[in-house]
Amino acid sequence: MKVVLQNLTKRFPNRNKKIKEDVVAVSDFSFEIPDGELIGLLGPSGCGKSTTLNLICGLQKPTSGRIFFGEDDVTDLPPENRGVGLVFQNYALYPHLTVRQNILFPLQNLKGAERPSKEEMLRRALEAAKLVQIDTLMDRKPSELSGGQQQRVAIARALVKMPRVLLLDEPLSNLDARLRLQTREEIRRIQRETGITTVFVTHDQEEAMSISDRIVVMKDGVVQQIGRPQDVYDSPVNLFVAKFLGTPPINVFEGEVRGGLLRLGEDAVLKAALPDQKVWVGIRPEGFAPEQAGPLHCELRAVEVMGRDISVVAGHPACAGTAIRAIIRAEDRPDTQVGTVRFALKPHKVFLFHRESEERLAVELS
Amino acid sequence: MNYESIERRARRRERVRKSFTYFCLVLWALMVLFPFYWMLLSSVKSYSAYNSEYVPRFFTLSPTLQNYVDAFTAVPLAKYFLNTLIFTLATTAIMLVVITLAAFAFARLDFRGKDLVFTFFLALMMIPNELVVITNFVTITDWGLRNTFLGLILPSVTSVFYIYLLKENFAQIPDELYYAAKVDGTSDLKYLLRVLLPICRPTMVTITILKVIECWNSYVWPRLITDDANYFLVSNGIQEIRENGFGRENIPAMMAAVVVISVPLIVLFLLFHKKIMAGVSRGGTKG
Amino acid sequence: MERRSAKGWLYLLPAVAFLGVFLVYPLVDVFVYSFEEGYNSASQSFFGVGPYNYSYVLHDPYFLQALKNTFVLVIITVPLSTGLALLISVGLSSIQKLKDLFQTVYFLPYVTNTLAVGLVFMILFKKTAYTDGLVNLMLHWFGAGPVDFIDGPHWAKMFVLCFYTVWVVMPFKILILTSALASVNQDYYNAARIDGTSRSRIFFRITLPMISPMLFYLIITGFIGAFKAYSDAVAIFGVNLNAAGMNTMVGYVYDMLYGDSGGYPSYASAAAIILFVIVLTITCINLLISRKNVHY
Repeated sequence: MKVVLQNLTKRFPNRNKKIKEDVVAVSDFSFEIPDGELIGLLGPSGCGKSTTLNLICGLQKPTSGRIFFGEDDVTDLPPENRGVGLVFQNYALYPHLTVRQNILFPLQNLKGAERPSKEEMLRRALEAAKLVQIDTLMDRKPSELSGGQQQRVAIARALVKMPRVLLLDEPLSNLDARLRLQTREEIRRIQRETGITTVFVTHDQEEAMSISDRIVVMKDGVVQQIGRPQDVYDSPVNLFVAKFLGTPPINVFEGEVRGGLLRLGEDAVLKAALPDQKVWVGIRPEGFAPEQAGPLHCELRAVEVMGRDISVVAGHPACAGTAIRAIIRAEDRPDTQVGTVRFALKPHKVFLFHRESEERLAVELS
Repeated sequence: MNYESIERRARRRERVRKSFTYFCLVLWALMVLFPFYWMLLSSVKSYSAYNSEYVPRFFTLSPTLQNYVDAFTAVPLAKYFLNTLIFTLATTAIMLVVITLAAFAFARLDFRGKDLVFTFFLALMMIPNELVVITNFVTITDWGLRNTFLGLILPSVTSVFYIYLLKENFAQIPDELYYAAKVDGTSDLKYLLRVLLPICRPTMVTITILKVIECWNSYVWPRLITDDANYFLVSNGIQEIRENGFGRENIPAMMAAVVVISVPLIVLFLLFHKKIMAGVSRGGTKG
Repeated sequence: MERRSAKGWLYLLPAVAFLGVFLVYPLVDVFVYSFEEGYNSASQSFFGVGPYNYSYVLHDPYFLQALKNTFVLVIITVPLSTGLALLISVGLSSIQKLKDLFQTVYFLPYVTNTLAVGLVFMILFKKTAYTDGLVNLMLHWFGAGPVDFIDGPHWAKMFVLCFYTVWVVMPFKILILTSALASVNQDYYNAARIDGTSRSRIFFRITLPMISPMLFYLIITGFIGAFKAYSDAVAIFGVNLNAAGMNTMVGYVYDMLYGDSGGYPSYASAAAIILFVIVLTITCINLLISRKNVHY
């Protein structure tokens, strides 16, 4: 099922009643989710991603704009008629019902001709349980399950009525780090097997990047960028997206283009075909290459060993943050005794942004 | 599937449901408020006007305050009022001291048998008042304390429940504060008064308000222990007024007395309703 | 350590002293009283020890009347007030506008003097030579004849008592249920809505089970409270409840102790213990049932 969002806008009256101006949770959001894809809605908290999810499932109504499932306009449809499955951040499993009863619950709501027979319901519940591999726990209560198992029950409950769209709200945030890794692959597998169009909300960029077909980066209710994870990472449209994606985060410098050269402080690091101006410079941690005669002079502060790679912490006068963090291969380890290190920069890992608007500047670097 | 009609129907159903809900809620609100309105209304109708209304009227065009004058002159309402005030203040004050000391002992001090005594205290919460009131009546009578404030006050100056409530609150205060005070050479009592009580003020206020309400409305014990009208509290006073005051049929004056004794608590409630409701839902019991 | 121990006990002393004299000693003493036959409060002497007091109380028609009244009161008011409070709380939870106002108004009866407001109820229901009273006026609108609710037939008096009792206990129940409902995580309702659960199914399959612990708490305390009914009855029918045929068990205890019919602490003790045993039994039954039905 293809999902189309057309100029979606959602405003709330301000909680502080003295301020007349509405809070804009989602602003003019347009996007087409192709059938069967897994979409990650990504952004810091309060960016409107959960509101977007609520708009898609119908718990909230948009102030303006339309939502289509396939060819159907579902904008004004109450949630129960939309055929969506939603997995809540805290799972919202009914504590007084067993796993089986929880999974059966949505089926038992169906009325009339839609209502399957009792055997059919049980069969489908078992099928959903098998899909998420909890079919041996059917008679337990949610309180007797681990966090990961509860998560699976929640997914099974959302899947059992065969939704047209599956929505996941921060599905992994209540799990510990190891389980999170495991479960996100599980979600990916289930989504592949069922082929259901899935939207999931997260504030964890790594999570979104690792399993999404496409990610949508949001900030303050406005969509910043939509694209395949690798594309967005390799080519961020503005400073916010560049900063938000990637661990360790991108290094930001106050730079200047003068006479066709990009300068970071005193160092002329790359050629840039731009008129003279001040710019923000973003350099990915993997964009640094230690070189005897590299143009970027840094004060070496520390070297952290991470195994395959090492992380170099360094300082530079033009750096906008407290320190530069560069990831390099272990064999290029600089000598900590020297106190300085010089880098050459990989042009495709360096992005220039307009100093005021923070938009990416289209420029060929070399 | 016609989406528009589905949505329209859902909206209409929602509107009907909402109207019905508000209708029922307003109905119950009227049910609650009406007796208060009726008591106010009756209290400002003149004696003759009230008795000439075979069919009661829902309003009056000639309100009078004469009934309030009668309520304070024909029966010793002011005296009842004063008694209740003394009783309430004294009981509440003594109780606060007693329970604070006990709660502090349980929460902060170490002594032999503490856990055992605390468990025993908790068990005491189960004892219904009706079971002990008989002996207390005999005790107070034997001590010759009938028709005295002491007799009224003594049996109700401890509350196991409030000790428990306060102890829980004291126990939430981090130990570091106590040790810091100890290092500074603060005595236990000073720590209790200067540190613990100010921090736990919200709970103290809640307990105080609940106890004041309880005292103001207490009826059974005062009735058993006083038969001299000089020591009647408002509850007994109103009962006395009903049985013997004003001549039985002066209902407007009676209502004026009812208004007078209801007002202090209603004012207290309007001022502190958030606190009172929070306190009651935390552990009050009635009904 | 010894000094610290002494200090702890010192702080505890007032509480222990008061509780000892007015709670623990009386608890023991009441059993003693109840077995002392022919106790005379003037000479403080008694003839013998035995179960006679119990047998006297159980054969006293006033006690039987009080027992019957109390049971009727309990059976009518507990389910009625709990059910009504549940309906009102559910309604209250479903609205946003004016919610605080309604909540405050509903709680008002809790802080008022039972005796004083009872007088107002008496006036509303009472039929006198001058007037039939407001309630009878309303009954008249529906073509029903005047009934003397205060001095008339027993069922009418019972009705007033139940009515007033429900009015008095509602604030507490509404408060508890509203906060229980508010503490149910909104996500459960959202999940149910997305699954297209009907309103009645949400109520019976989600809301009720989720608040069942609080509901049972209210039922248990409701039973206990209703068994101890007394001042409501006094407020409406005056102190001489036996004459009105409206006495309750607690009223019987007090009447035995003091007043025109008083001076028999032994009978009062026996009656109080019988009451206590009944309440204890009912509470245990309630707890057993709730253990079966409260799911978590």
